[in-house]
Amino acid sequence: MSVRTLNINGAAMHVDASDDETLLSVLRYRLALTGTRFGCGEGECGACTVLLDGKSVRSCQTAVSEVGAAKITTVEGLEHDGRLSPVQQAFLDEGAFQCGYCTSGMIMRATALLATTPNPTEKDIVSRMNGNLCRCGTYPRIVAAVQRASMLAKGGTL
Amino acid sequence: MSTLLHPHDSVDLHSPNKLHHFTLDRRSFVKLFSGGLLVCLTNAPAFAQESGRGGFRGHALPKEVSAWIQIDAEGKVTVFTGKVEVGQNIRTSLAQLTAEELMVPFESITMVMGDTDLVPWDAGTFGSQSTPQMGPRLRTMAATARRTLVDMAAKQWSTDASTLTTADGRVTNPASKQSLTYGQLTHGEKLIATVSADTPLVPAKDWKIAGTAVPKAQGRDFVTGRHQYPSDITLPGMLFGKVLRPAGYNATLDSLDTTAAEKMPGVKLIRDGDFIGVVAPDMYTAEQAVGAIHAKWTVPPQPSNKGIFDYLKNNPESGGRVRRGSETESVAPASIPADAIHLTQSYTVQYIAHAPLEPRAAVAQWQNGKLTVWTGTQRPFGVKDELVAAFHLDPSQVRVLQPDMGAGYGGKHTGDAAVEAARLARSAGAPVKLVWSREEEFTWAYFRPGGLMELRAAVSPEGKLLAWEHHNYNSGPSGLETYYDIVAPVTQYHAAKSPLRQGSYRGLASTANHYARESFMDELAHAVKMNPLAFRQKNLTDARVLAVLNAAAEKFGWSAAQSTPTRGFGIACGTEKGGYVGTCAEVAIDSSTKSVRVVRIVQAWESGAVVNPDGLRNQNMGAVMQGIGGALFESIRFGNGRIENPHFADYRLPRFRDMPQIEIVLVDRKDLPSAGAGEIGLVGVAPAIGNAIFAATGARLRNLPMAPSDPVPGIGPSPLTC
Repeated sequence: MSVRTLNINGAAMHVDASDDETLLSVLRYRLALTGTRFGCGEGECGACTVLLDGKSVRSCQTAVSEVGAAKITTVEGLEHDGRLSPVQQAFLDEGAFQCGYCTSGMIMRATALLATTPNPTEKDIVSRMNGNLCRCGTYPRIVAAVQRASMLAKGGTL
Repeated sequence: MSTLLHPHDSVDLHSPNKLHHFTLDRRSFVKLFSGGLLVCLTNAPAFAQESGRGGFRGHALPKEVSAWIQIDAEGKVTVFTGKVEVGQNIRTSLAQLTAEELMVPFESITMVMGDTDLVPWDAGTFGSQSTPQMGPRLRTMAATARRTLVDMAAKQWSTDASTLTTADGRVTNPASKQSLTYGQLTHGEKLIATVSADTPLVPAKDWKIAGTAVPKAQGRDFVTGRHQYPSDITLPGMLFGKVLRPAGYNATLDSLDTTAAEKMPGVKLIRDGDFIGVVAPDMYTAEQAVGAIHAKWTVPPQPSNKGIFDYLKNNPESGGRVRRGSETESVAPASIPADAIHLTQSYTVQYIAHAPLEPRAAVAQWQNGKLTVWTGTQRPFGVKDELVAAFHLDPSQVRVLQPDMGAGYGGKHTGDAAVEAARLARSAGAPVKLVWSREEEFTWAYFRPGGLMELRAAVSPEGKLLAWEHHNYNSGPSGLETYYDIVAPVTQYHAAKSPLRQGSYRGLASTANHYARESFMDELAHAVKMNPLAFRQKNLTDARVLAVLNAAAEKFGWSAAQSTPTRGFGIACGTEKGGYVGTCAEVAIDSSTKSVRVVRIVQAWESGAVVNPDGLRNQNMGAVMQGIGGALFESIRFGNGRIENPHFADYRLPRFRDMPQIEIVLVDRKDLPSAGAGEIGLVGVAPAIGNAIFAATGARLRNLPMAPSDPVPGIGPSPLTC
C-alpha cells in the first residue's frame, strides 16, 4: 500500500492503494465514485470504461500504478455547470437505456469515439462500441444516441 | 437440486432452493431459548409458504388509500408499491397511470418502490404482472383519492361534489371560480378513504398522461452516473466481504487452511456450517484474503450437457406434472382419416444464464436489533422472508430496500447475496458490502432450465390440423397451450430433477414451447406443401394472434419474400401473459464460412392498451436482442458440478454486431386491459430465425442454441455458426 495522487475529473485526489489494485476498485471502493460500474472484472463488458487522457480504457484491467499523472475522466466528470455533455444529452434524448447499468461505460466509450471520429458511420459505431455489452439489448438506441451526439457536439440539432 | 412449482403464478415461477443453511451460534440459542419462548425451528422458507394457494399468501393488502398514495401540503404525491424497477420502465408507467387517475402532473409523483418498511406487501416483480395487477390497483387508489379530495372541497364550499372539476392537482368550482390545490385540501394529512371495487376509472381512450411516451423517470441520474444501484450503496464504517465458494456443486470440504488470509491486516474470517467468508476494511484486501484461503474439496460425479435430455426425461420430479387433455387419448385416434400426414419431432433448449450486467450485490447493516439490507432483487419481501428464516428474526426486525437495479430478467428472485452479506455483517459488527464476481454470478445464481420438447401431430392433406400432442420435460409449462384450432389437444409438462439450480427467466418456458410449436408448425406446413403463413392462418381463429401475425407479415413484406440459399425468411407467432406477437425474420447465410446472421426482424406486438409506447418499443427491441442470444449462441456448459464457461469471454451474449434492423409494429388496443410486456417479446424470435434458416438452407435446427460458436456437447454439431 502506498499513498498516491490521482488526477480525477480535474481534481487531485490522494488515495492509499497497492500497486496492483485496479483503477476500478480505487474509484468505486476507496473514492466512492460509483458512477463507474463493475460488470465483469474481466475486461469483457465495458461497464467500467473511463478516459485516460481522453482515451477510453477498461478501469478493471488498469492497475492504479499504471495511471501515473494521466488525467482520469469518469462519468461524474462529464457534466459542467449543470450542463450535460453532448453524449449524455443524446443518451437521455434517445432513451438509450433500460436498466442503465451499462450506460456510464457506453457514454465514456462513445465520448472517446467521437473525439477521434466526429462523424461516425453506423458501421464505425458498431465496430468501435462492440466491446461494450448491454444485456437489456438497447443497441439500436445507443447507435442512434451516438449519431445524435455527433450532431449535438457540432452545435447541430436533429 | 430441485425446483418448486407455483401453481398460482401462471405455473411459471420456478424458485431455486437456498444456497446456505446456517447453524445457530451459541449466542443465538441462548437468545432464542432463554426467554421461555419456544421457537420452532422448522425448515419453512418463504417459498414453501408461497406454494400454498391464494393470491396474497396470507398477506392482506391494505384497502386504505394512504397505504398507497400520500399527498403532502405542497401537493407532492408519493406512491408506495412493492414492485421494483429493473429496467422495464415500470417506475415510469405506474406513475403515469397514477397521475392519470389522480389528475396531477406526472412530475409531481415520486414512486417509493421495493422498501419493505414503507410499501404494502408484494409477491414480487415477475410474470409480467406489474402492469395488469399493480396498474389497476394504483389506478383505483388514485381515483378514490381524487374522489375524496373532491368531496373535501365540496364540503368546504358547501356545494355539490358533482359540480366540481379536477385538473393539474387542483379541485375547481367552475361556478364560483373557487379553486384549491390537493395540498391545500389535505394539508399533508393522510387521506382517509377506503376503496371500493367499482370505482370508475378513466378509459384508455381518454388517457392524457398514460398512453403517452413519457421519458424514463429520473433518466438524468442514469447518464450522469448519479443513480446508485445496489452495488453502489456505501455506508459509513462499511467493511467489504467475500465468500469462499466450493469447487463444485454438492462439494464436501476436506481441508481448510486460513492462516495466510487471517494474517492480512484487518481481515476477519467468518465460518458458519458450510459458509466460509471474510471481511476486510477494503474490497482489494477482501479479494486477496479469500484468494489466500487454501481449501480442498471433493466434488461428486454429476451430469453434464452430454446426455442431459435423457437424464431429465428419466428423472421425474414427483408432483410436478401439469397435463391438459385426455390421459389416454393421444395422436392417432381412430377418427383420423387414413390420408392424414403424421409427424413426430423433438426439440431441445440448453440451460442459459440471465447474466444481468450488475451481479448480485448487497449491503447489510445490523443496528439496534434491526437488520437492514440494500440488495438487488425482484422480490424484496421474499428476500425479507429469507432473512427472517436464516437469522430467526421477527419480521419487524428486517427491512429490505431495493434500489433500481442493473436488471434481473427473472434471475434475481432469491436473496443469496443479502443473506450472505447479513451473515458477514453480524459477525463483523459493522455494515458489510458484498458484490458477487462475474464467475460467482454465472456459477452460484441459477439458470433458465434446459428442456426437451416432444411433439406429435396429424394434419390433413389440405393443411387442417387434426391432432396435437406436446410434451415439455423440465423447462416448464408456460406457453405450452396451443392457440391453434385443434379439438382435444394433449399438452403435458413433466417436471424433472434438474442437476443445476434453476429458476425463473424472462419468458421462461414460453420461449422453449413456442420455439418447439412454431418450428413444428413450419415442419407441418412444409409437409403439406403450404406457405407457412397460409398454413398458420388456416388453423387460427384467435383474432388477437391472427392480428399480430398478419400485421408482422404485412410490414415485413412476407408475400414477396422468396428465400434463396443465402437469404432466408421465417415467420412465427405466439401469445404469453396476455400479450401477443407476430415475428418475421430475415437471415443471411454465408456458405463459405457456414455462418448465419440475422439481418432484419419485424415484430408486431399487442398487449392491450399501451401505457407508454416509447417504453414498450424499448422493451420489445431489447427482447428481440435478448432472444437472438438464446436462439443462436447462448448455452451453459457444465459437467460434474462445475460450470465450464462462467465468463463473458466464453459465454457469448448479443453484442452490437449481432444487431439486426428491428422494426416494431405496436397494436394499441385501447378497448382491452393493459397486459405486462416484459416477456412476450422473446417468444417468437427463435422460431422465426430457425424457420428462416430452414427456408434458406433446408436444414431444420431443432436445438437451441442453433448456431453456437463452440459445439454444445451432446447435441451434435450445428451446420452453422454465428
